[in-house]
Amino acid sequence: MRHILTFLTGILFGTGISLSGMANPAKVINFFDITGTWDPSLAFVMGGAVIVTFIGYHLVFRRQAPVFEPSFDLPQNRRLDVRLLTGSGIFGVGWGIAGFCPGGALPALGTMNADVVIFVAALIAGMLVTRALSDRAAARTDNAQPAE
Amino acid sequence: METAFTPIASLTGGILIGLSAVSLMLLRGRIMGATGVLAGVLLPASKYDWTWRFLLLAGMFVGPWVYLLLAGQLPTIQVPATTPLLLLGGFLVGIGVTLGSGCTSGHGVCGMARLSPRSFAATGTFMLTTGLTVYVIRHMIGA
Repeated sequence: MRHILTFLTGILFGTGISLSGMANPAKVINFFDITGTWDPSLAFVMGGAVIVTFIGYHLVFRRQAPVFEPSFDLPQNRRLDVRLLTGSGIFGVGWGIAGFCPGGALPALGTMNADVVIFVAALIAGMLVTRALSDRAAARTDNAQPAE
Repeated sequence: METAFTPIASLTGGILIGLSAVSLMLLRGRIMGATGVLAGVLLPASKYDWTWRFLLLAGMFVGPWVYLLLAGQLPTIQVPATTPLLLLGGFLVGIGVTLGSGCTSGHGVCGMARLSPRSFAATGTFMLTTGLTVYVIRHMIGA
């Protein structure tokens, strides 16, 4: 049952993305092109999603635990750091160039559209390279500074 | 490339995205972030972790086909970027979301709904750099 419901949750997300226009780079880029061919639609996507999630999370968090897990697994880090801001900045540059974000592209990949396949392949390459380099940097730091 | 203003479809889509985020929190106690889902499928921490993310991702792939049933056509995908730029953009997105621990769905929707300071900072930052990038490409380079 939990597998079926998780799968259905993915379908809900993919259908929402398809309906919203987030899977269409021309629409995404036009949202940011305020001085050009502006299309404010994506403000409605963001607004609708954030309001529903805000209210829904409040209701869900009245529970002690999720339905199929022993506890909620939430990011606890609240610290702003250079890595977060640099990463988000770089993400934005890529999003502005390509017009796809991961949430828009993954459902669109279901159509096997060639441009989406190209974007996702490059996205995966970027993720794996960054992960490999930061793992290596972490290993080097561990070697330089013996664990306490 | 002009696109039509679609407030009703976009709002409805946003509401469905929000409902899916709430559903994942209710069922599995997790943040609905496309970056985390993809990273967890590619580099799983455990078999258990891999399974639920894979099911979520498989469901996402079905989304456009549900849209086809509802709307009578697959979602429109118009790509202004050339293939080299698409590759560059995709690679930068991959670097950025890995360093920044999330993207539009994780930070922009779930994190902001949790009032996370990190997510507000991340979302503000990428909205700004996306806007600047689009301005440079469209109005300074003139592509």
